[in-house]
Amino acid sequence: MAQRIDVKDLNIYYGAFKAVEDVNMTIEPRSVTAFIGPSGCGKSTFLRTLNRMHEVIPGARVEGTVAVEGVDLYGAEIDPVAVRRQVGMVFQRPNPFPTMSIAENVLAGVRLNNRRISKGDANDLVEASLRGANLWNEVKDRLDRPGSGLSGGQQQRLCIARAIAVKPQVLLMDEPCSALDPISTLAIEDLIAELKSEYTIVIVTHNMQQAARVSERTAFFNIAGTGQPGKLIEIDDTATMFSSPKEQATEDYISGRFG
Amino acid sequence: MTSTQPRTAGPTEPVKPGTTARRLRSGHGDRGGSLAFRWLATGAGILILLILAAVAVFLVQRAWPALTADPSELSDAISWFPEDTSLLGFVGPLIFGTLLAAAVSLLLATPIAIGIALFTSHYAPRRLASALGYVVDLLAAIPSVVYGLWGGLVLSPIVQPVWEFLGTYLGWIPFFGGVVSPTGRVMMTVAVVLAVMILPIITAICREVFLQTPRLHEEAALALGATQWEVVRMAVLPFARSGIVSAAMLGLGRALGETMAVLMILSPGFLYSFQLLAAGQQQTIAANIAAQFPEANQTGVATLIATGLALFIITLAVNMAARAIVARRKDFSGAN
Repeated sequence: MAQRIDVKDLNIYYGAFKAVEDVNMTIEPRSVTAFIGPSGCGKSTFLRTLNRMHEVIPGARVEGTVAVEGVDLYGAEIDPVAVRRQVGMVFQRPNPFPTMSIAENVLAGVRLNNRRISKGDANDLVEASLRGANLWNEVKDRLDRPGSGLSGGQQQRLCIARAIAVKPQVLLMDEPCSALDPISTLAIEDLIAELKSEYTIVIVTHNMQQAARVSERTAFFNIAGTGQPGKLIEIDDTATMFSSPKEQATEDYISGRFG
Repeated sequence: MTSTQPRTAGPTEPVKPGTTARRLRSGHGDRGGSLAFRWLATGAGILILLILAAVAVFLVQRAWPALTADPSELSDAISWFPEDTSLLGFVGPLIFGTLLAAAVSLLLATPIAIGIALFTSHYAPRRLASALGYVVDLLAAIPSVVYGLWGGLVLSPIVQPVWEFLGTYLGWIPFFGGVVSPTGRVMMTVAVVLAVMILPIITAICREVFLQTPRLHEEAALALGATQWEVVRMAVLPFARSGIVSAAMLGLGRALGETMAVLMILSPGFLYSFQLLAAGQQQTIAANIAAQFPEANQTGVATLIATGLALFIITLAVNMAARAIVARRKDFSGAN
């Protein structure tokens, strides 16, 4: 179910302001691609164009193509709602629905697609998704309790379970560990390593060690100055990026000389 | 500096013993008026309780003659008090009429208010939303006498054919049964006017609550592939649940106590009747007080105040019930 993403000549705008300029990249299936770069360089903005979440902000639009297995997500007949069902997303801060129980949270996306899921199937899916997110053993006795009662790390894994319950082709993660402690971060990173056998994963992170640990490919974004559009500077295998990047700016950023 | 003071190295000033303790102790007493503000806030909180208690005491005290009087005394002394009826038997239909008017108007107003609030908070373009919000708020500024005039003179004749239609074709529903009034001055018209009157407050509160839905929750729903309506259902409405109940309760409070509009529209009666389209069926407590007060004697005033006491108790009970409903699902409210 994992699929390749081809991005061509992508420009992203907020109204008249060009936020990201001229991105070209290929994201490989069954691998983890990490986006790194200083704050405000447009990596999160770019990530959100991969499931058309970008355009929920008034005035936001894109030029260029984002193709999943050859189908342009910004084609005229494409429904953004359908895109988001195929491309799951995990956010910076854990955001389980506070009014739903743990089990209902996992099923939230499934119920949108298929309202009449039998009770047995629902229970199986809840267990499979929570096992997939390494959360089952911690919550199996309190599936009917509110999701907001869990710890931050558990909530984030619940959000991952919710995202994978709908069996998306791509999983986008926007700094999924930035609000978590090191132990919870480790749990999420282990989970990412397991999930990549089934999904195409794209992760935005400010933590370069994390990018080095979890990803196969790393993309470095940078910004020339305030008010300038962000740009993709370089994308390569993670090992290459962290040992011998081609661009000086990448070298400077990774070695901590700026940013 | 005393000789026992140990010399400190370097150019820093030697610290006198006890300085730190002095600095940490709150030497200033009421810095920035925080103590004064605390008492001001506490005082305001106590004041509202005192006012409430004073109202209750006043009502009980003034109603006491009627509460303790023999029913026959009441009917002897008061021209409009029905024969062979206890005070409870007199207040009962009024309580019923009050609750019926408030409930029907709430039933009409709440869905519309939620709809308007959702439209302004989640669907309308920003400029249209603020204009619409302004217009709805304007409804709240119209005096209830004007609503009463409008309801009695303009609305009643207009809606009368509609009520006729409902009575003819849906007469088998108890609410639409009975002889439809030819004037339109019936409970259903009152409920419509009351609904318009309570619409602004319910709408305004719902709108504020909907706008406070965390962006994070809406994005969570969007990212799962929810349509705008599904976002509203998954993230906005569950989050706003207690706020909607609170808004409805404020509206209900106004509907329960509304006097002029009811007085000027309704053709009153003292029956336990669900017939919303027939004349001379129900009356509300507040409208009854306004209608009878000018010509009431001493016992009559006491009786009317006793009905006012009943209204006071109903309002308290309704509000407490609403709080209980909200509290029941506290774990899932999103407040934790």
